[in-house]
Amino acid sequence: MQTAISVEQIRKDFPILQRKVRKDKNLVYLDNAATTQKPIQVINAITDFYTNHNSNIHRAVHALAEEATEAYEMTRDKIAKFLNIKDRQEIVFVRGTTEAINLVAYAWGRQNIKEGDIIVTTEYEHHSNIVPWQLLTQEKKAKLEYIAIDDNGELILDQLDQYLATGKVKLVAVSQMSNVLGTITDVDAIISKCKKAGVRVLIDGAQSVPHMKVDLDALGCDFFAFSGHKMLGPTGVGVLWAKKELLEQMAPFHGGGDMIREVHKYETTWNDLPYKFEAGTPNIADVIGFAAAIDYLNNIGMDYVRAHEIEITKYALDKLSQINGIKLYGTSDMSKRGGVISFNFADIHPHDLATIIDEDGIAIRSGHHCAQVLMEKLDIAATSRASFYIYNTKEEVDVLINSLSRAARLFKL
Amino acid sequence: MSGNADIYHEMIVDYSRHPSNFGKIENPTIQYHDSNPLCGDSIDIYMNVDGDKVSDIKFSGRGCAICLACTSVLTEIVKGKTIEDARKIQKNDVLGELGLENLQAVRIKCALLSLKVLKYGLYSYLASKDANADALKQEASSLY
Repeated sequence: MQTAISVEQIRKDFPILQRKVRKDKNLVYLDNAATTQKPIQVINAITDFYTNHNSNIHRAVHALAEEATEAYEMTRDKIAKFLNIKDRQEIVFVRGTTEAINLVAYAWGRQNIKEGDIIVTTEYEHHSNIVPWQLLTQEKKAKLEYIAIDDNGELILDQLDQYLATGKVKLVAVSQMSNVLGTITDVDAIISKCKKAGVRVLIDGAQSVPHMKVDLDALGCDFFAFSGHKMLGPTGVGVLWAKKELLEQMAPFHGGGDMIREVHKYETTWNDLPYKFEAGTPNIADVIGFAAAIDYLNNIGMDYVRAHEIEITKYALDKLSQINGIKLYGTSDMSKRGGVISFNFADIHPHDLATIIDEDGIAIRSGHHCAQVLMEKLDIAATSRASFYIYNTKEEVDVLINSLSRAARLFKL
Repeated sequence: MSGNADIYHEMIVDYSRHPSNFGKIENPTIQYHDSNPLCGDSIDIYMNVDGDKVSDIKFSGRGCAICLACTSVLTEIVKGKTIEDARKIQKNDVLGELGLENLQAVRIKCALLSLKVLKYGLYSYLASKDANADALKQEASSLY
């Protein structure tokens, strides 16, 4: 039996949450969809690595190299367990979700996408799940198509059927949770449709893996990408997971050390998976730090994470909807929504709003959130976005609500 | 000024709701556009040149209150000035009018986008006429 976890206990593990900003204000950090704060356990793991174990990995035989290699590889095992991945060789360390998607676009896409083929993505993707496909389809004279969203911010999946019916679709690339609207994608339906049509599926899990239980074995997609820094881990670490048969067929992404078996003057053979895709000295310390983040999340449990976010998000949506002039985006059905709230406040530009409430120590994001295709669809230049994580409290939501009324006064709403 | 929110005084808020010289000029002598990629502020400036004077100036686009207020003030300063005087306008000529001299670094691009557009616009007009036009381009690119 797991003992009850309190948000107060969790907050004590995050040194940054104890600091003041803008002179004497408590930090109210509501920009978790951009990056999360780090618990002391992660900070200590990185410090411990550099203090006691620092070494390059995989080749040297000395004691430090052995310790560093073991710790680095242990993260891979922890990720396998965390996401129910059966084969650890399918886990490739990259810098983040962006690099993972670019790896697939380059190494799989260039081999498999031909003139006239179609790649399908959605209107609520982050630029990292749009631009790599634009580059690829332009190079190959292929086509990029979008599944549109409805007024609730949910995908109109009938459009996927229409694209699949052309017989030209080779890949569907979709995020499991929108970073702007918080919409949770019905990836099961998408994957099942694509499987029937023999079409590959890439899932961008940057916003989902940190916030809900994900089982890659059950999911059955072909490629899956996510980042460590949005789930308590350090920046500069992410994962590409792909089916082994695909990774085996794919050409390497980067050439260099560690990804080779034998190098001769004019030819090279590749190392085994996953090392074929991990050229050069990797981000050893941060990969090791990431393991501490996974331990932390395992300890509190992903069910707790999701339940806590639903509670806070519901509370915030309720409070925000009572303010005159607030326009909320996305669905109010919490079973289809993560802890992300995008909104606009009357005619106050989101950048002005963010500056005003920053005075009260509140960190929110304002802008297009790297989702300009979605902004165009919604016909707005920007939104303000509050996004929650395990350490946020209802009191912090109240601070936000009070600060919004100050902004209303300044702008004479 | 004690805090950043103090920048949202009455003048800024009023300008953001009722910007000066907002609109377009058909077939202007000079037109230039630029945007800030990270925040989406987007400004077009249109100018008519009559002899050596900027006889009319308007702007269109969208942006935050800081951006719209600064663009309003800039167009007010430029209107009726000679090209020679317009090209000498410095950032504090605009920021000073609105008490924004100490604007935080992350927002300075909102305030100076229009000055950048003006300088590039004047450069595009003067490039073939004035041997020293390059200096304007340099100033524009080093504003922020």
